[in-house]
Amino acid sequence: MMVGSESHRTLQIYIPLVIYGLLLLFPFYWMTIVSLKPSSDLFDLNFNPFWVQRFTFENYTYLFENTEFWSWMWNTMVIAIVSTALSIFCSICIGYALARLRFPGSNFMGIGIFLVYLVPPTLLFIPMAQVIGTLNLFNTHWSLILTYPTQLIPFASWLLMGYFLTIPKEVEESALMDGCSRIQILIRIVLPLSVPGILSATIFCFTLCWNEFLYALIFMSSGDMKTIPVGTVSDLIKADTLFWGSLMASALLGSVPVAFIYSFFVKYYVSGLTASAVKG
Amino acid sequence: MNSGSIQSENFLDRESSLGVLLMLPGLILLAVFLAYPFFLGIWLSLTDTRIGMPGEFIGLWNYVDLLEDEIFHQTAWNTMIYALVTVPFKAVMGLGLALILNNQIRFSNPIRAFIMLPWIVPTALSSLGWFMIFDPVFSPISWLMIEMGFIDSNINFLGDQLIAVTAICWVNIWRGIPFFGISILAGLQAVPPELHEQAAIDGANKFNRFNHVTLPHIKGILMITSLLSVIWTFADFQLIYVLTKGGPANQTHIFGTYAYQVGLSGTEIGMGAAITLYMFPILAFFSIILLRYMRKTA
Repeated sequence: MMVGSESHRTLQIYIPLVIYGLLLLFPFYWMTIVSLKPSSDLFDLNFNPFWVQRFTFENYTYLFENTEFWSWMWNTMVIAIVSTALSIFCSICIGYALARLRFPGSNFMGIGIFLVYLVPPTLLFIPMAQVIGTLNLFNTHWSLILTYPTQLIPFASWLLMGYFLTIPKEVEESALMDGCSRIQILIRIVLPLSVPGILSATIFCFTLCWNEFLYALIFMSSGDMKTIPVGTVSDLIKADTLFWGSLMASALLGSVPVAFIYSFFVKYYVSGLTASAVKG
Repeated sequence: MNSGSIQSENFLDRESSLGVLLMLPGLILLAVFLAYPFFLGIWLSLTDTRIGMPGEFIGLWNYVDLLEDEIFHQTAWNTMIYALVTVPFKAVMGLGLALILNNQIRFSNPIRAFIMLPWIVPTALSSLGWFMIFDPVFSPISWLMIEMGFIDSNINFLGDQLIAVTAICWVNIWRGIPFFGISILAGLQAVPPELHEQAAIDGANKFNRFNHVTLPHIKGILMITSLLSVIWTFADFQLIYVLTKGGPANQTHIFGTYAYQVGLSGTEIGMGAAITLYMFPILAFFSIILLRYMRKTA
């Protein structure tokens, strides 16, 4: 097909790729070098700002010792894990019911769930703050654990329903004939066959929880209850410029977990994305 | 085929009862934390409620007042630019990225993982990186342009309305390129190679093959990705909250940040709810197009 010389390939593929790489990754490079500089160097315009002249970890030490960074990390982790587990459980149930069972309202539910997926937190946050207040959940993990699934369940159900539909019905029918119950079939046959789908739904949910900002900003006002994105943005931005390096350090470290998960599961993510786009 | 014909006395084995039971946990959550707040929001928007003060029913006055609010006009206009004008840029740059990644490349998996970073890391945190890059004092862009002799003094990226909106849109585009790229790539990989070979044999050049073979195949994904992108960015919040908080002088708000400022910071809950609900018909419009399109292609 593409019979080009090596230099031709370099020109057409690798040079544009490097340009894209610079464009897309520069902010992360910038955050890294700022986090490794003493603040004084940041303001000294005689230095080349694109390089670290004097290397220091003092910004990281400051972040770990003088802020509530580890509490934020812990909160984000707990909330993301529990909320993801809850969402995946609900989504497996909904996905299977929509894919395989006929019940009152089942046709309408499929579209309903999809439309709910398109209802953003921005539309609901003001009344949601009232609801959380009424339930007395401000500054608790539960405020986010219970509200995040409303953003996660619709997409995850949709994605899992697509996976369940690809499993041949005959497999389930013969098991039914053999006297297995529907629940047994779901647990022993359908779930093992849907591991890639469940994995991509899990990654999707976890990342969304980790990255969520608006609800966390509103529901968690006390410093030690914040999540990583909110804590970094609201508690580290002070008039005092000393915080720049620590701010970038926190932003970088807060991004690591999701970046790490994705680099391992990028294949599942891509397949999940296409499944949702093509099968939907 | 007809599994319902297997009669069983067990409640859990009857399709209709099991179906309803399986739907319940998710539906209860959605009812309490999605449907209820939605209707509560509609009610609040019809009252003059403030934080700590129960309000009274005032009909559509919040909506009417907003129509005369200059900042709200600017907000609506900004949201349109932010959600719509950025899409062609994301699509073209994403397509370029996808065409590159569709070749055999060494280390393609780590490269893809790195390229995805703008899309997957928390937007609030990557926006902080951009916030520093746009700093009025030590912006590296200003430094570079001064070194190269293009400008004499630092650019105040986020302090001037026009530059600030451009900067915000750029960060939005930057975040969206990988999403478009990876989605389009999935579409490209579904194009049967035989079609390209056949077209090449028939004498079609690269450009023609792209127009007549590749483009029709990725049209569907391009459309769906664009609509999703519009719906998501329309309802964005964190990117602008971090970069400008709607400033300078309330000139860069979008619906989400303006509703936050009026409804929560400014304690006018009823008015804030009305601002968010102005988004609803527009979101519904794009959602319905998306749904119809997806059903047609399915």
